[in-house]
Amino acid sequence: MAPRPDGRTASLTPLRSAPALAVRGLSVSFGASSVLEDLSFEVATGETLAIIGPTGSGKTVLFRALIGALEHTGEICWAPGTTVGYVPQKLDIERDLPITGLDLLRAKARVARATGKDVGDVLELVNLAPDIAGQPLGTLSGGQFQRLLLAFAFLGRPNLLLLDEATAGVDEPGEERLYERIDRLKQDRQLTLLLISHELSLVYRYATRVLCLGHGQRYLGTPVEVLTPARLEAIYGSPMKYHVHP
Amino acid sequence: MMPPIGELLLMLGMATAAGLVGCFAVMRRMTLASDAISHVALPGIGLALLLGVRPLLGAVVMLLVGTLLIWFIEARTRMATETVIGVVFSAALAVGALFTPGESLIEALLGRPGMLTGWELGFGIAASIAVAGFVLGQRDRLVISLVSPDMARTSGIEVSRLSLLYLVTFAITVALGLRYLGVLLMGSLIIIPAATAKYLATSLSSMLAIAVAVAVTSTLAGTVVARINDCDTGPVIITITAAVFFVAVLGRRRAGESRSRGG
Repeated sequence: MAPRPDGRTASLTPLRSAPALAVRGLSVSFGASSVLEDLSFEVATGETLAIIGPTGSGKTVLFRALIGALEHTGEICWAPGTTVGYVPQKLDIERDLPITGLDLLRAKARVARATGKDVGDVLELVNLAPDIAGQPLGTLSGGQFQRLLLAFAFLGRPNLLLLDEATAGVDEPGEERLYERIDRLKQDRQLTLLLISHELSLVYRYATRVLCLGHGQRYLGTPVEVLTPARLEAIYGSPMKYHVHP
Repeated sequence: MMPPIGELLLMLGMATAAGLVGCFAVMRRMTLASDAISHVALPGIGLALLLGVRPLLGAVVMLLVGTLLIWFIEARTRMATETVIGVVFSAALAVGALFTPGESLIEALLGRPGMLTGWELGFGIAASIAVAGFVLGQRDRLVISLVSPDMARTSGIEVSRLSLLYLVTFAITVALGLRYLGVLLMGSLIIIPAATAKYLATSLSSMLAIAVAVAVTSTLAGTVVARINDCDTGPVIITITAAVFFVAVLGRRRAGESRSRGG
């Protein structure tokens, strides 16, 4: 189905398999200011939905509403048995907090009934050395911290991942490798992926569908349908450049 | 010069609970609020004295009511916990001072050990064990929640319920120390050992251990010194706790300077 630039409600694209997530008529407002209004979409099991849009378009608000952190109206239905791994956009961590990366991962492992071996496995997956993970959170670089948050999200074998600018601060080759690993894991475990990214090249490469929010307009469709110069300019207010991988 | 065994056990339990609870208060950036939260006990003590019931009972009831009030305001408004607690509990101190009779006011503010009933001792020791059990049993959930409430939610943690339980645990810890340190100083025994530990520790386990060690050592040493000099325990305990904090800060700074000169 072609995307509908109808300005209000994104179309419910028919899906081949049962949805992992169905959102109907979702609205979020802060006081008099409405951030999301009557948003509806579905995400099929095993799908990768990228959410793009300019700053302030409600991408992070959408994720926080999905995990129940924000009051909202409308319906959010998860498939039975869904376990979510979430990487937030950025965290304000005090530099002198005496909590190490391993403290955080072991805490999650115990809560999620994962094992010590699982902690080692997720560190390997995100390519973070155990001695780096053993340092206090405030001493980790931006890229190391994001890898740690990804490792945290992977612990407990989630079947749906919400990644909000998960690789911000990671160098470009490292970012490519991380996405390759996530994509491989997604194929192996039938993971459903919702990701927010400003890296349109990565969106084009890995997303099966794209939800574009911003400037009172919405588009939902495949990357080829949504990531057109005209639509991007309409959403972002200026021309956007990105590299399409062969 | 040591207190009787029952009282000693209660003081050890109270100091251990204060050290453990304080670690999460400091990491949750509740430092000023923690001090203020103990103030709400004062109107409870004043009302209990007016009604002729045990002052500790009035303090416990007011602390629990105050805790529920903070949790409710925090959950329903967008105000920072520091602001909410700062306003509500500073007002409580003012109202409490109006209620509490003059001769009891200093005792309530600074603490003065008296004869504790068997019921108070037994309840106090059991409550200390419950507080320590809660913090150690829930430390994983508390750590994840303080790093990111959103990551905690997606890890299956009920953040709001955990926050309420933590605040109740904090209030119980304050009540445990009222007899020895009073409403003005009990918050300090919760915060200063944890602040010292945060400064010295490099991991969560070491922070918890250092905070408990500082709180227990200061409480025991302060009690002995106060008994020898026949003075109130609260000010002595907190003076020793604060001295340990300053020694730790200066010691670590010197160690850091030596390392940078050497390296």
